[in-house]
Amino acid sequence: MKYGLFLGCTIPVRGQNYEISARNVAKKFGMDLVDIDDFSCCGFPVKSTSTETAIIIAARNLAVASEKKLEICTLCNACTGVLTEANKHLSENKELRDKINEELKKYDKEFKKGVKIRHFDRILYEDIGSQKIKDSISKNLNMLRVSVHYGCHYLKPADIYDGFDDPENPKTLDELIKATGANLIDYKNKLDCCGGAILGVEENLALEMAKNKLDNIMAIKLEMAKHKLDNISAKKVDALITQCPFCTIMYEDNRRKIESKFNVNYQDMPVLYYPQLLGLAMGLDQNQLGFRLNKIKATPLLEKLGIN
Amino acid sequence: MIDSKKLDPNFKHEVAKEIGGENIKHCFSCGTCTVGCPVRVLDEKYNPRKIIRMVLLGMRERVLKSDFIWLCSQCYTCYDRCPQDVKLTDIMTALKNIAVKEGYIHPSFKEQAKLLGLHGRLYEVEDFDNKKREKLGLPPIKKKFDDVIKIIEKSSLSKVIK
Repeated sequence: MKYGLFLGCTIPVRGQNYEISARNVAKKFGMDLVDIDDFSCCGFPVKSTSTETAIIIAARNLAVASEKKLEICTLCNACTGVLTEANKHLSENKELRDKINEELKKYDKEFKKGVKIRHFDRILYEDIGSQKIKDSISKNLNMLRVSVHYGCHYLKPADIYDGFDDPENPKTLDELIKATGANLIDYKNKLDCCGGAILGVEENLALEMAKNKLDNIMAIKLEMAKHKLDNISAKKVDALITQCPFCTIMYEDNRRKIESKFNVNYQDMPVLYYPQLLGLAMGLDQNQLGFRLNKIKATPLLEKLGIN
Repeated sequence: MIDSKKLDPNFKHEVAKEIGGENIKHCFSCGTCTVGCPVRVLDEKYNPRKIIRMVLLGMRERVLKSDFIWLCSQCYTCYDRCPQDVKLTDIMTALKNIAVKEGYIHPSFKEQAKLLGLHGRLYEVEDFDNKKREKLGLPPIKKKFDDVIKIIEKSSLSKVIK
């Protein structure tokens, strides 16, 4: 199980907790994540302004992976989307491929044939599988209540992802979370976008998109308390689980801004990357999972698990 | 009021020639895109159905100069649900691409292109960042990607980010 690790721009600078936890979880499963110095930005940041340029940048990365005969393992949803899409177009459209290869020549690169690109969590789901994950658990997380946010580009557009999950009713990350023993709490607008892509365009609008999701996650608690359900369900959600750095920026880094702008309070509900949650269940320690770098401290959650 | 003299009947063909713009003429204006749009629900000025209609009618200048084409959050909900496979998210991208060629670029996207042109990545990486990574037991990352810097330099973006 060997994969070329594609970190992208944001994770190695702003999401090292994600990176560390993914690397350590992978190590435990015997997955070999190979660092490739020559992997650059994926191309996503210029897709809106010049799709062709974005495809050239993506194609260059795909050519690097292909030279090394490695499939690509991504951590960021946006990288996953842009690389997968470029790979599909370049594999299917000879005219585009010739045009892009003409450009790649200048960098001694060529897109010959497609490579496989999968998100880290998809690889866990497909190559490790929930049974093996369940078998690897040394600490059952059944005292935790968590909600999940998939992020758009993990699932959509469906036509680039060979139907590995249903974008209208996704299940793969649900299953991975349940494999840790944690209780997965559903909420109203699970599929809604975080707003990250328009944060720089219209901040208020993007923050409102993130707010609506946080409102619904917190509403679980309020509604359940109102109906006087049993003790467990009346307790608040312990964490929101994500798998993309941009979504996390919206729900974690922008939390205080959202709270003061809209006069709401999300009671310091932490945001965990999936490998952080899984790592806890596998008995990895806090440092191996980068918890110190979570901006909203997960201390209450860790205490609940008896970890200090 | 739409002034028919100001319409550009060729605009839809221009969009159809762009990467991702190919299916624009398939739209039968059902509005599935608009009812499921997470941006539209919060802000009425972003209306995907209306934007497609404006393109098909040939309202070239109004579309390209508008702020609203930059509001698509690229969630692909409309793209997946469209019964006519118009590939709306890609149409919005195609429109933004054309707008940039005409000299209209949103400042936040200009900034992103600029950063890529300077560093080949979205963030400037300093020694401090690699020291922090080392402390965490993570391998260092490259500060600059010369190939990407060159790709931006040779692209249509080089003119607009200056």
